Amino acid sequence: MAEKKFVVGSFTEENVLFEAVKKVRKAGYKLHDVYTPFPIHGLDKAMGLRDTSIHTAGFIYAAFGTTTALSFMSWVFTKDWPMNIGGKPHFALPAFIPIIFEFTVLCACVGMVLTFCYICQLAPFVKKHHFHLRATDDLFVMAIECTPKTDENEVSGFLNSAGAREINIQQAETGWWLGTYDKDKKPFETRN
Amino acid sequence: MAAFKYESQVRAPLVEGTKDYHQVTEDIIRPIEGPPSRLWWIGFIISVLLLLFGVYSVYREVTYGVGQWNLNKTIGWGWDITNFVWWVGIGHAGTLISAILLLFRQGWRTGVNRAAEAMTIFAVMCAGQFPIWHMGRVWMAFFVLPYPNTRGPLWVNFNSPLLWDVFAISTYFTVSLLFWYSGLIPDLATVRDRARVKWRKYMYGILSFGWTGSTKHWQRHESLSLVLAGLSTPLVLSVHTVVSFDFATSIVPGWHTTIFPPYFVAGAIFSGFAMVQTLLLVTRKVLHLEEYITIEHIEVMNKVIVLTGSIVGIAYLTELFMAWYGQNKYENWAFMENRLNLFSPYGWSYYLMMGCNVLSPQIFWFRKMRRNIFITFFMSILVNIGMWFERFVIIVTSVYRDYLPSSWSTYYSPSIYEVGFYLGTFGLFFTCFFLFAKFFPVIAVAEIKHILKKSGENYKPAAEKVEQQSPDTLYEEVTHHH
Repeated sequence: MAEKKFVVGSFTEENVLFEAVKKVRKAGYKLHDVYTPFPIHGLDKAMGLRDTSIHTAGFIYAAFGTTTALSFMSWVFTKDWPMNIGGKPHFALPAFIPIIFEFTVLCACVGMVLTFCYICQLAPFVKKHHFHLRATDDLFVMAIECTPKTDENEVSGFLNSAGAREINIQQAETGWWLGTYDKDKKPFETRN
Repeated sequence: MAAFKYESQVRAPLVEGTKDYHQVTEDIIRPIEGPPSRLWWIGFIISVLLLLFGVYSVYREVTYGVGQWNLNKTIGWGWDITNFVWWVGIGHAGTLISAILLLFRQGWRTGVNRAAEAMTIFAVMCAGQFPIWHMGRVWMAFFVLPYPNTRGPLWVNFNSPLLWDVFAISTYFTVSLLFWYSGLIPDLATVRDRARVKWRKYMYGILSFGWTGSTKHWQRHESLSLVLAGLSTPLVLSVHTVVSFDFATSIVPGWHTTIFPPYFVAGAIFSGFAMVQTLLLVTRKVLHLEEYITIEHIEVMNKVIVLTGSIVGIAYLTELFMAWYGQNKYENWAFMENRLNLFSPYGWSYYLMMGCNVLSPQIFWFRKMRRNIFITFFMSILVNIGMWFERFVIIVTSVYRDYLPSSWSTYYSPSIYEVGFYLGTFGLFFTCFFLFAKFFPVIAVAEIKHILKKSGENYKPAAEKVEQQSPDTLYEEVTHHH
């Protein structure tokens, strides 16, 4: 993977951060990401990220679970090995409901968590570049990606005027977890 | 431009003291970084010893058979199923707090959810032991799994509540574990990034899955948590419903009642909250977390206890009424003679249950009692004793006098190995909990930071008083989200 350059600045206040994100987008810099110690509601919107569709994946897994459980139990009790249990019907839908429900939930949860780990590239032993160690403590760390045209000093000055502290330039190897923005050469602003 | 929504000034702060984000990290993660205290070692060693006694009891049972337990002709389910239901019930509070209260947007859950979820997982682990070892020939346990086998394939009976239980409990365990761990990942990353010692950085690096705190990841994480909460909410209600089906779908007088599912679920939440109180009152003291798990948190949980305790009380009375009104002489006998009659062999256990579960929580109608730590601790123990006896009453008093009076004479009392097995699960539970409290953040650090500027004591007064704003202003703020 290619090495890329980033101008990194940290913020301490949410309000300053929000303003800074606006300014960066307006100026047309390539906002790589903002790293925060906790979820800040509205920041994704401010950065122009689209909504996640992980819940759609959850629905698909759930539907898979429901159909698998229902069809499997029906097949076992009507085709493969019909058992006479007190003369009750072989296809006993009400009695199948608990297992159908449990299996639906199981598939949805396991599937979603695995999907989450996959798309965020989270797994034991995964090594990633951490722009600032306090991004998991009390700082909001903004990374702006440098394109061949970017003047690093200009961006640093810009971040400084936007209220960032500890501004520095870092080299990082880009795995695809570093952002799907990698494929996108357009400036951040023009995307919705 | 409000990054944080206002919260009514009427609500007490959920985080006390003067805090900033870094201070929150310090307060919660500091105990992980030091060596364990003497108190921790004492508790841990006692737990391990109990666990070993449990292992020995189980060894006896596996080697010599279920005959090591004092089960008899009519009582085929004794202490072990009582303990199973008791532990599963305790395992309900964690997911209730983390899932249902998340959906209801209850801010106070953030202080207690992590420890409660951990407790849930450990309690379900303990619960699972009982039906497994009760199988007797435990090496055949895999027979409960529906896999294409060489015996036909001979499938399991999907119409049996006992099999529903297998699915319900294992799903519940898996989902709770995933929910808990996905919430832990960001906090473990915080521990990793603070670590100065090499091994700690390495270990927590593995455990935190390489979490960076990227905004996109947080967005997905939030969505994941919300959907998991939405799925866990019906799940938590279904699990104890299915457990109650083990009894309710049989035709044993005393078990064969339609009220069991809601009554079991209420009882589960009741006992779960009591166990959360027991653990957290100690944890907050030992780890100095009084500013995060405040009297406010304790009071709210006591309100849940008095509510669910009263629901359970109504269920007891409804059962009695139906036994009388239904005019089924066997059911009437089970309730009026085996339970309500104080001088019948197990009458005492019925009154112990009534006293602990229905009468004693009523003191929580008084605010002073709800906010008293010692009363709360005492009550939490009492409730757990009461809830254990509820299951004992349901199981033993319904079956110890069956339709054949000649087999009535045997009085069931557990053998040392039955008791040992139960104590062993306490050992397992507390061993896990001690390890958790030592190595993992017992409070969700990121979630506390999320509510800090809304509900923190030093931020609340600065926020504009929501009650003094005009509805138009409020509407403006709610609709204009950045």
